Amino acid sequence: MEIIEILFTASFWAAAIRIASPLIFATLGELICERAGVLNLGIEGIMVAGAFAGWMAVYSGTGLWVGVCVAMIVGMGFGLLHSILTVPFGLSQHVVGLGVTLLATSSTYYAYRLALPEVTSPPKIQAFQPYEIPILSDIPLLGPALFSQTPLTYLAFILVAVVAVVLYRTPLGLAVRAAGENPAAVAAQGLSVTAIRMGAVMFGSGLMAVGGAFLTMSAFDSFFFEMVNGRGWICIALVVFGSWRPGKALLGAVLFAAFDALQIRVQQTSLGTQIPYQIFLMMPYILSILALVVMSRRAEVPAALMVPFNKGER
Amino acid sequence: MRLEPIKNPSLGRKLVPPALALTTTIVIASLLAMLAGANPFSVLGLILKGAFGSQFALLETLNRATPLIFTGLAVAVAFRAKFWNIGAEAQLYAGALMTVLLGTGFLPWPSAALLPVIILASILAGAFLLLIPALLKTRFGVDEVVTTLLFNFIFLLFISMLLEGPLKDPMGMGWPKSARLIPEARLPRIFEGLRLHWGFALALISAVGVWVIQTRSTLGYEMRAVGLNKQAAAFAGIPINLVLVKTALLSGGLAALAGFSEVAGLKGSLTLDLSPGFGYTGIIVAMLALLNPLGVVVAALFVAGIFVGADSMSRAADVPTYLADIMLAVALLLMVLAIMLARFRVVRD
Repeated sequence: MEIIEILFTASFWAAAIRIASPLIFATLGELICERAGVLNLGIEGIMVAGAFAGWMAVYSGTGLWVGVCVAMIVGMGFGLLHSILTVPFGLSQHVVGLGVTLLATSSTYYAYRLALPEVTSPPKIQAFQPYEIPILSDIPLLGPALFSQTPLTYLAFILVAVVAVVLYRTPLGLAVRAAGENPAAVAAQGLSVTAIRMGAVMFGSGLMAVGGAFLTMSAFDSFFFEMVNGRGWICIALVVFGSWRPGKALLGAVLFAAFDALQIRVQQTSLGTQIPYQIFLMMPYILSILALVVMSRRAEVPAALMVPFNKGER
Repeated sequence: MRLEPIKNPSLGRKLVPPALALTTTIVIASLLAMLAGANPFSVLGLILKGAFGSQFALLETLNRATPLIFTGLAVAVAFRAKFWNIGAEAQLYAGALMTVLLGTGFLPWPSAALLPVIILASILAGAFLLLIPALLKTRFGVDEVVTTLLFNFIFLLFISMLLEGPLKDPMGMGWPKSARLIPEARLPRIFEGLRLHWGFALALISAVGVWVIQTRSTLGYEMRAVGLNKQAAAFAGIPINLVLVKTALLSGGLAALAGFSEVAGLKGSLTLDLSPGFGYTGIIVAMLALLNPLGVVVAALFVAGIFVGADSMSRAADVPTYLADIMLAVALLLMVLAIMLARFRVVRD
């Protein structure tokens, strides 16, 4: 009974949307990379780097939006590294991705230690505050859940629409999708597969970093080690769950986040206190795996995903 | 630009890129050390000294290399067949869990009977844990990268649950740790008085064993064939799914031995910080070793040396230990690039 009551509270759905926001950014980023044919396992580390870079920029005195841009640029930097190694040089996307995650994570921790050698508890910044959209936020249940969020959350939802339109309605989107389906055809059109793929990986990595920055600049107001905590890997599962489509990926992220918000609340009910808390924490990961099992059969994987393209090779 | 394979690469072509990769790694580490306000030469010297400079340092490095040899082998075996096992961390804990379950008094046997049973049970536990992602891959086509990664989180939470529940040591002062192993379940030291346990010897034996399997057995041949070209392997009548499952069992078992060796040889009980990411570091070890099982031993010593050396350097020079992780990440990325450049020519068009 208690669980049903939770589902009808605005605060629950507000939390779900908040939890979904970083996942939406990073899932979109991964989706763009994979649509162009590149699996980006750097996602976990790039999110860590973005979380730190954005927060550090604001902590050193820049504005919040400048911080978001800094995170984006740092993410694109790691995306550039990833794409140089995987696209023109065609190295294993698994190995390079894991290497980028390790590099991004360790250099972030190194930078944190150098920048703040003395601190015991991480300092706080003035994070993004919720902005209530006039009129819309007065709708019962929906208003507080959807329209009293921070600006970054609105940006995440707008980006889903923008990415969907660009992917399916513009020549650029067609080129990106074709690079992931049939790169030889793209090359035959006189376009550079290398440039398209590198651009997609860089932009996608930028979005992953903004997803990380959401954690330090909107969901919380300081940087912790381990704060990304596997969210990047979950986003990779969400891309598969969403069949490489932005709309479905958004749905997956919100469903996943709702489940996450629910487990936090059920933990505090009379039933929840009898169950070890680790069971609840496991649920999101188990759910991701189950979702993959259900979706993998029907998934329309980009045909050239993880296949390097070397011009002149048949 | 495009890449052209080189038919017969010269010796220089084979040696120069890896050497350059290593040099660049050291240069980057030096620059980062300078960024931290330290003298790069003394930092590098301190890392070397801390890793190999004394008997104590050397034994510490060998001890640290032991779990890395196991996880490195686990990854090397799997990657050779292009089965992307990123879950060695979870399989390590599966082995450690089995060691604690059987070794804390449940089986009151003498060492000669108890240790082989624990070893076998650990291998089975790790193998079983990787069997699930393997079957999900062969049956449902679920990508094993994501499942093995997510399993790491699930299994660590499972261990945490056990350590705060049924496995919690009543004498542990409230800490989430298991009871201690009975003396019969401990791996003895190789030499009296030296802090080096038989786990290291077991790791070396495993490396040779894996090398024999890979180069001298049908399974090794099939694993390579599946890794090189699935379609061709299937055409040659190799049962791909079966080979993948066998690969997974072998890989999971090897990773589990890391957990067994850490608990039985070094720690004596199971805690949540048993592994500081040995499973993930195993990927670096395997890649630096070019997936060669004997190379894994060398790479594990190198990687362990950097970690142990960086620990002692950090205390002396006040440079964060994360320098070690950065060095390894850079070395990994540059090395895969260098190996490619040794076999391909970059042509401008």
